[in-house]
Amino acid sequence: MSEMKDFLSPVRPTWCPGCGNHGIWNALKMALADLDLSPHEVLLVSGIGCGSKLPDYTRANGYQSLHGRTVPVATGAKLANHALTVIAVHGDGDGYGMGMGHFVHAARRNIDLVDIHQDNQIYGLTKGQYSPTSDHGFLSKTSPEGAIETAVRPLATALAAGATFVSRGFALDPKHLSRVIQKAIQHKGYALVDILQPCVTFNKVNTYDWYKERVYKVEDEDDYDPTNRERAFRIACEWGDRIPTGVVYQVEGVPSYEDQIPALEAGPLVKQPLQRSMEEYEALKEEFV
Amino acid sequence: MVTNDMSFLIGGDAGQGVESSGAGFAKALARGGLHIFAMQDYHSRIRGGHNFFQIRVNKRSVHSHTEAVHLVLALTEDTISKHTESLVPGGGIIYDAEVEVTEKELDEKDIRLFPVPLSKMAQEHGGAEVMRNTAALGAAAGVVEYEIDRIESVIRDNFRKKGEAVIENNLKVAGAAYRFAREHYAAEFEFKLKTVDAPARMVINGNHAFALGAAVSGCKFVAGYPMTPGTSVLIWMATHGKRLGIVTKHTEDEIAAICMAIGAGHAGVRAMVPTSGGGFALMAEALGLAGMTETPVVIFEAQRPGPSTGFATRTEQGDLLFMLHASQGEFPRIVLSPCTVEQCYQAGVRAFNFAEKYQCPVIVLSDNYLANSLRTLDHDQFDFNQVAIDRGAFLTDEDMENLSDAYKRYAFTESGISPRAIAGHPKAVYSTTSDEHDEYGHITEDAGNRVKMMDKRMRKLEEAARDMQPPELYGPHRADVTFICWGSTYGPLREAVDILNEDGDRANLLTIMDMWPFPKDSVGQRIDASKRVIIVEGNYAGQLAELIRMCTGREIEERILRFDGRPFSPEYILQRLKEGE
Repeated sequence: MSEMKDFLSPVRPTWCPGCGNHGIWNALKMALADLDLSPHEVLLVSGIGCGSKLPDYTRANGYQSLHGRTVPVATGAKLANHALTVIAVHGDGDGYGMGMGHFVHAARRNIDLVDIHQDNQIYGLTKGQYSPTSDHGFLSKTSPEGAIETAVRPLATALAAGATFVSRGFALDPKHLSRVIQKAIQHKGYALVDILQPCVTFNKVNTYDWYKERVYKVEDEDDYDPTNRERAFRIACEWGDRIPTGVVYQVEGVPSYEDQIPALEAGPLVKQPLQRSMEEYEALKEEFV
Repeated sequence: MVTNDMSFLIGGDAGQGVESSGAGFAKALARGGLHIFAMQDYHSRIRGGHNFFQIRVNKRSVHSHTEAVHLVLALTEDTISKHTESLVPGGGIIYDAEVEVTEKELDEKDIRLFPVPLSKMAQEHGGAEVMRNTAALGAAAGVVEYEIDRIESVIRDNFRKKGEAVIENNLKVAGAAYRFAREHYAAEFEFKLKTVDAPARMVINGNHAFALGAAVSGCKFVAGYPMTPGTSVLIWMATHGKRLGIVTKHTEDEIAAICMAIGAGHAGVRAMVPTSGGGFALMAEALGLAGMTETPVVIFEAQRPGPSTGFATRTEQGDLLFMLHASQGEFPRIVLSPCTVEQCYQAGVRAFNFAEKYQCPVIVLSDNYLANSLRTLDHDQFDFNQVAIDRGAFLTDEDMENLSDAYKRYAFTESGISPRAIAGHPKAVYSTTSDEHDEYGHITEDAGNRVKMMDKRMRKLEEAARDMQPPELYGPHRADVTFICWGSTYGPLREAVDILNEDGDRANLLTIMDMWPFPKDSVGQRIDASKRVIIVEGNYAGQLAELIRMCTGREIEERILRFDGRPFSPEYILQRLKEGE
C-alpha cells in the first residue's frame, strides 16, 4: 500500500502559512495514497503561479510548464502515455484566464485528465490583482474601482462545454476534497475539480470564514442526483449565499478521447516500437508515382 | 524540333481543378520517364480568381520552374491575356473553341492558337462539362505527340474511387481531344515530348517529403492548426495516422499544438508541429519551455510572406532571423533549412534524431515554393534502410533499473547532455520546471547553479555543431562570382549558375542547409576566397547576409532580394544580375 509520505519530495513548500494550497496538497497526496497509486504512475502537470509549484513539493513525475498552458501539455503527455495518471494542477488565472480556451476544449474533448484548479479568486504570486473568478466589484490593484466583468462560473462553463465530470472542493475540508479528487481520478474522461482556496495574504474578501458560511455539500441534499445535467447546471450556477461543493455532475460510460484514437489501440504510444517495417514505409512511395 | 525540354502552364479559376489537373499531368509525364518540376500559383480564396499550375519537363533532373512557357492550357480567357507574355516564339495556346481570341498581338509574337472544342467534347464523349480539364490535358498530349497511355493510366488512378463509369467517360474525352489536337495542330508545334526508359519515379513536394522522413524517423505525435503552407504535413500525417500508428491532433490553436507536442516529447514520444510563420509566432513562448526543460520537439515552419497575414498562398524567406531568435532568454536550438525536396526528406529524418540527441527544439525551415512544388525523384533518393534512429542519451528501462542514486535529470556532464529518463519508472521519478532548476529539476535561484546550468545547456551546441552539414559548393571551385543562398532559392539559383557557366567558369554557388549552429568558419573562408560575392534571398532585409555579418564579420554588399511573394526563377536572377552590372 502506498502512503501519503511516499509523495513527499525533499523540497518544502514556500506557500504562506495558512495558504489554502497546504490543504489541497494534503488532499491530493491522501487521494493518491488511498487509491494506492505509486509516484512513478502519476504525472502532475502544472502551470505557473503559487499553486503550480505543487509538483516541486510532491514526489511524483512532474512538469511545471507555462502559465495558462497546463492543459495542452498534460494532454500531449496523456496521448503519448495513457498508462499514466495525468493530473493538471493550476490556479484560476492560469486555467480560467489565459488557459480558458484550452479548458473548454479539454472538457468537450473528454480527454482522461484530472483538471484541478486552485481557485482563490485572485492573483497571488504577482501580489494581488483580480482574477477571472473575482466577483463583480472586487477591489484589487488592477481593479481599483472594482472589477467590471462578471465572474467566470467554472462549473457551468465546463458543463456547457460537455464535461463528463464536474466537481468542487474546499481547501479547508481536505478529507472531503480528497474523496472528490479520488472520484475525479477514477472517472474515465475529463474531470474538473474546482477548489475554493483562500489566499490569506491578498484576498481579504473571500476568506476562510467567508467560504465556511456559504459552502454546502451537494451529496447532503435529499434530491442529490449527479447524473441529471439540467439540475447540475442549476447547481453549477449557484454562487452567493450558498456555494456547492462535491461531485455536481458525473456521467459514466462516455468514451474518452484517447480511447477513440486508432493509433492507440496497440497500447500507449511510448511503448510502441519507434519504427514500422521498412516494407510498410516503402509502400508509401507508391502514392507519389 | 525540340524534344523533352519545355514548360506547360494550366490556368483557370479557383475551383476549376487547375491544381489537380496539373498534378495529374505531371505524374503522367513522370510515368514516361521524364523529369518534371511543377509549381502552383493560387489565391487565398476557394472560388474564382486566377490560378495557374506550371510544369517544366526535361530529360534531365530540373531544380526550378522557368519564366518561359511553351504551351498554355487556358481554361479561362483570363489565362490567355495573363500568360501570353511568358510564351516563347513558336509557343501555343490550347483553349476552348467557344472562346473568341483576337489574334493580332499573338501573331506578332509567333504564337500558335489551338482552339479545341473542350466543353463540347466533354459533353459529347463524357456527358459532363466538368471533364473539360481532361479534354485539355488530352489535347496537350496530342499537340506535343506524347503517348496517350500515360495520361490514361493517371486518369484510371485518379478516378478509381469514383467508379468505372467515370473512368471510362474521362478516357473517352481525353482520347477524343488527343486525336483532335494531334490531327489539327501537332504539325505546327515544334516542341515535343517522347517517353524515355527510366525506373518509375516519385512526383513529390517538399512537405510530403518532410512528412515521409518524419514518419520513417519514428515521429508518433503530430499536433497542428491548419495554416498555409504548412497544412499539408498535418493532413498527410492524419491520413496515414491509423496505418502508421501516428497520433495527429488538430488543436484549438498553435499554442496548444506546441504544448501538446512538448508534453508528448517529455513523455518519450517523437513529436512535432507543422506550421507557418503566424502559427509559429504563437508558439514562441513554448519554444523556450522546450529549451529550458530540455524537451525534444520538432517544429516544421513553411514560410509565407508576412508580416501578419501577408500573402497567405505565396512565398518568402522572411522568417530566418525570427526563427533564430524567437522566445525570451537564451537556450540552444537547431535550425535546418533544406533547399530541395530530397533535403526536406532528410531533414525529416535528421530533425528527430537531433531533437532527442541534444534534448532541444529543432526547427525545420521551409517555404511555400519548396512546400508545394513537385519534383521527380528516384525511389532510392529516399533510402529507408539508411535511416538510423539515434535517441542519444535516452535511458532504457534497463538503464533506469540500474540507477543507484537518486536520479538527476539535469546532471552536469562534459557535453552538457544529461541522460534522459521518461515518466513511468520507479527509479527515475523526477519533476521538472520552466523555472531555473538544479540537477534534480527542483526550482532554485542560486546564482552559481544558474551559471552552471546555462553553461550546461548552451554547451550542447558545441557537439551539435559537429553534426551539422557544412555548406555545399555547387559549380567550379573558382569562379568570377560566388552566389550565397539558403532554402528554396537554391533551385532557381543553381539553374542560373548552370546558364552562366555554359561559356566558362563564371559562377559558383554556396548553399547553407544547416543554419544553426551557424557554419561560420567555412562560410567565412569561402567568402575570403571568392572574387565577388552576391547573396540571393527571398526577403527585404537580406537576413542571411545580416546573419553572416553577425557570425563572421564579413559584409556582403551585393544582394539580389525578392519580396513580392513570387519565387525566384533563373531568368529573374540573371536579369537582376545584369541590371546590377
